[in-house]
Amino acid sequence: MSKAFIAGAGTTAFGSFPDRTGRELFAEAGRVALDDAGLSPDAVDEVYYGNFVGTLAENQGHQGPLAAEALGTTAPSRRIESACASSGLAVRDAVRAVRSGEADLVVAGGMERMSNMGTAGATDGLARAADDLFEIRAGVTFPAAYALMARAYFETFGGDREDLAAIAVKNHDNALANDHAHLQESIAVEDVLEAPAIAAPLGLYDACPISDGAAAVVLASPAYAAEHDLDAGVAVTGSGHGGDTMALQDRDSLATTPATREAAVTAYDEAGIDPDDVDLAEVHDCFTIAEVLALEGLGLYGYGEAIGAAARGDTRRDGSLPVNLSGGLKAKGHPVGATGAAQIAAVSSLLEGTHPRSDALEDATVGVAHNAGGTVASATVHVLEVVA
Amino acid sequence: MSEHSDASDGEYDEFLDALADGRGYYYACSNGHETVPPRQVCPHCGDRDLEREPLPETGEIVTHTTVTVPSPRFADEAPYVTAVASVGPVRLTGIVRGIEPDDVAVGRDVTVTVESTEAADDRTIVFRP
Repeated sequence: MSKAFIAGAGTTAFGSFPDRTGRELFAEAGRVALDDAGLSPDAVDEVYYGNFVGTLAENQGHQGPLAAEALGTTAPSRRIESACASSGLAVRDAVRAVRSGEADLVVAGGMERMSNMGTAGATDGLARAADDLFEIRAGVTFPAAYALMARAYFETFGGDREDLAAIAVKNHDNALANDHAHLQESIAVEDVLEAPAIAAPLGLYDACPISDGAAAVVLASPAYAAEHDLDAGVAVTGSGHGGDTMALQDRDSLATTPATREAAVTAYDEAGIDPDDVDLAEVHDCFTIAEVLALEGLGLYGYGEAIGAAARGDTRRDGSLPVNLSGGLKAKGHPVGATGAAQIAAVSSLLEGTHPRSDALEDATVGVAHNAGGTVASATVHVLEVVA
Repeated sequence: MSEHSDASDGEYDEFLDALADGRGYYYACSNGHETVPPRQVCPHCGDRDLEREPLPETGEIVTHTTVTVPSPRFADEAPYVTAVASVGPVRLTGIVRGIEPDDVAVGRDVTVTVESTEAADDRTIVFRP
């Protein structure tokens, strides 16, 4: 399978920016990414733009052309909506376009603006990633859905809130060096355990914040990268996408995420790697339990074995497999439609040695980015490798 | 949530009517999968041959959560317990009423009913002792 070179990447700071429009946020991320690639907007063949609740938050449909304009082009564009996996899927479809030979240079990215909706409005908007008939009408909020999975996990495999708290503490600690992170705040296990409940057994510090922000990556075909002498040392070498039933009630197990496994198997196979080859991972930790489910779905741990990984130290900066060195969704923030592309940007810079947490890595050559939509009814996995 | 006064949610409303009358049903496909209405095909294998089978009126809680930060629709109801319960060969998601949140437990038996929700002009599946 041919590679898609990462020619450039950029993100805005993630945080609460109620006075910045989505188009302004994406313009900033796109400008940084194109500057990083050393390319002008007229080089862009196509635009793949992830966004989840813009129809509610900014009263805006048909967002693709707006995203392209924000980059400075009227190149063909589309908005991709897959809840929290929107821009992981935008990256995947962009990779497919480049690999198929239909495009030489594309921009994939995404944006979410939610703080202008307020906590209640954002809670309402995010809940729509669940099944309206089967779940939303039964009071399932987004945190509630993951709380249902957390309790099912504890029942099936064991573990407790203290194990989950270690994940929050780790990711907050990683974000301290990331000036683009929404939360730069050192926390302790007791803070997590004593925080107000949102949806028991999950509390405030088990949850990612409601963030605004944007991310963009510039992807180039090998031929384009060579012809234009692009400085691209990292490439996407594997891309996978998995699916599952929309509602939790229709799944055999509420304690595993087969969509992640399906995406991972495809991505690893394309890249020709095994889980043992992975040096670092950015995974979809919208809630602490989600990091556990992701690591097991990715095959980096056996089922039931990732719950203690952060508490043991395995997934910390100095551990055997650093996870979410950027701070993850938990502390870096989760502007939903931007998250998948931001993970690609983070893994790319970690491998290149330009990320503030790159110093935690020694000779890292293989990174994985995992993005999940809803309760992992959709998942994308990308393998990134150092190629130069 | 339909805003048009004459609009319904089709077979979903029919399913809730049936549940409320104690005539709940599920679908069994010819390949041995069971699923909750409304369905036109089996979501697991695509089989179009769905047989209506009677759904038991009681089930057992599989997992649950106490929601303290609700969406606006459920603002008046919070804190409330949402649970997934196994009912016969399928699972349903509903709100638990008539049991104190601290007394809700995995494995607890519940009766399946349909009740209105306070915040919206909606009905939902409710689990009671």
